[in-house]
Amino acid sequence: MAIEKTYAEINEKIKSGKAVVLTAEEVIGLVEEKGLTEATRQVDVVTTGTFAPMCSSGVFLNFGHSKPKMKMQKVWLNGVPAYSGIAAVDAYLGATELPEDDPCNNNYPGEFRYGGGHVIQDLLMGKKVKLEATSYGTDCYPRRELETYINLDDINEATLFNPRNSYQNYNCGVNLSNRVIYTYMGVLKPNLGNAHYCSAGQLSPLLNDPYFLTIGMGTKIFLGGGIGYVAWNGTQHFPEIQKDAAGNSYGPSGGTLSVVGDLKQMEANWLLGTSFLGYGATLSVSIGIPIPILNEEVMRCVSVSDRDLYAPIVDYGEAYGQRLPSDLGFASYAELKSGTITVNGKKIPTAPLSSYPKAREIAAILKEWICKGDFLLTEPVKLLPSYRDGIQSKKLEIRGL
Amino acid sequence: MAPNKIILRFGENTSDQPIIYRLVKDYDLVINILKANVNPNKEGTMVLELTGEKYEEGLGYLRDQGIRVQPLAEEVFRNEDRCISCGACTGICPTGALSLERPSMEVKFDSDNCIVCQLCVKVCPLKAMEVRF
Repeated sequence: MAIEKTYAEINEKIKSGKAVVLTAEEVIGLVEEKGLTEATRQVDVVTTGTFAPMCSSGVFLNFGHSKPKMKMQKVWLNGVPAYSGIAAVDAYLGATELPEDDPCNNNYPGEFRYGGGHVIQDLLMGKKVKLEATSYGTDCYPRRELETYINLDDINEATLFNPRNSYQNYNCGVNLSNRVIYTYMGVLKPNLGNAHYCSAGQLSPLLNDPYFLTIGMGTKIFLGGGIGYVAWNGTQHFPEIQKDAAGNSYGPSGGTLSVVGDLKQMEANWLLGTSFLGYGATLSVSIGIPIPILNEEVMRCVSVSDRDLYAPIVDYGEAYGQRLPSDLGFASYAELKSGTITVNGKKIPTAPLSSYPKAREIAAILKEWICKGDFLLTEPVKLLPSYRDGIQSKKLEIRGL
Repeated sequence: MAPNKIILRFGENTSDQPIIYRLVKDYDLVINILKANVNPNKEGTMVLELTGEKYEEGLGYLRDQGIRVQPLAEEVFRNEDRCISCGACTGICPTGALSLERPSMEVKFDSDNCIVCQLCVKVCPLKAMEVRF
């Protein structure tokens, strides 16, 4: 009879200290050795992890009320503007926001040494952050300007809310042009001088649940060193199966997550302000997701290895920016990690942007939390759309009236 | 013989002279220019690796020309607290001083191979590579 386990059964085993938990790396060998059925019987939870720049990140802050009170129409934190077109003394600080006096790329390639992500990291480190605000004054909120210093303990709420994180898969960026380019995939040398990729591959959360059999709204996760939850699908959630021109399948791609959690219980070494030369500032985010082994199908999904997972190779010299098709093929994560891939007949060196050692550490920490009974699994309120839902990305066409 | 890393500081009256040519021709020194720069006041700085038996004579010649010679105390240093071993630096480092160890995928930094070009300092997304003087 086919093995079926429920969330409740798995949680009972976690509570009694009997749950068998492996990381997504460890489970590969077990399935190879024991086979799918026996491995499904033995293992209850598989943990995943990833730690990489995730631009769509930010924090909702509630500063508390000054005396006299103020609506805070415009807000800056260490000179970085936060969006305050919401309720009084609330603001959303985006990770990619830059100080208003940043020279940006006018001094090409710009360094982007400080931005919203760095403010978030400063808050987590317990540093004092300068808060400036202006407003027009109302009868209930008479104050028109303020300048003060806050720290994370001083303020009411700091809720990390990241609308598009944990990309299921990502491009391998190369440069076919004849000049150096500065991208969110790092510095790409001309004439296929190098290739950069950004995924934890076999440890990456959504590559281990490619069809969204377990991850959904309400899934409890490791986020920034603390606890977070999956809030919804991320923006640009286009789960699909990658295919080449001949129709060969290269596995899943395109899903994203929206995640949320209380910043106050996160840790400064797991959310890091990040700068991309010539591109911008952002935040590196750590995410770990537990996958309950409900049945053999789930186990088959989590036992994938870097040999089975592929990144599309994309030219950032022209095709990417100009929204042109790029037909440079696919590279497996095993090849990408080996240090060289072959593109258009040329052998080129590869480098990652996503930390594999940290992904491994996250999966291990999450495993430890579960094994100790500190972390129970949540059954999603709603699963996320999968490739079966056939979501197509819309393009923005430039039109006149 | 290990190469000596030094900084030369040229005044306005020396920055147009073929100094390096003389070091090669007259003192038979092996030269690797790591960095060279002339500012708008025509003063120049140059960072070199120098090797050769007549190294001290070569330095004497430089000083005779009014060029200030300093040992290169500048070094690139990895802030271990900030580095997450992402690997973004490894493809950019021209000498392989920064490399990925396989299969662990940990970034290794071998400062002996570092030529202080400082490309990693600009490229590191976490600003984990620092210059020390």
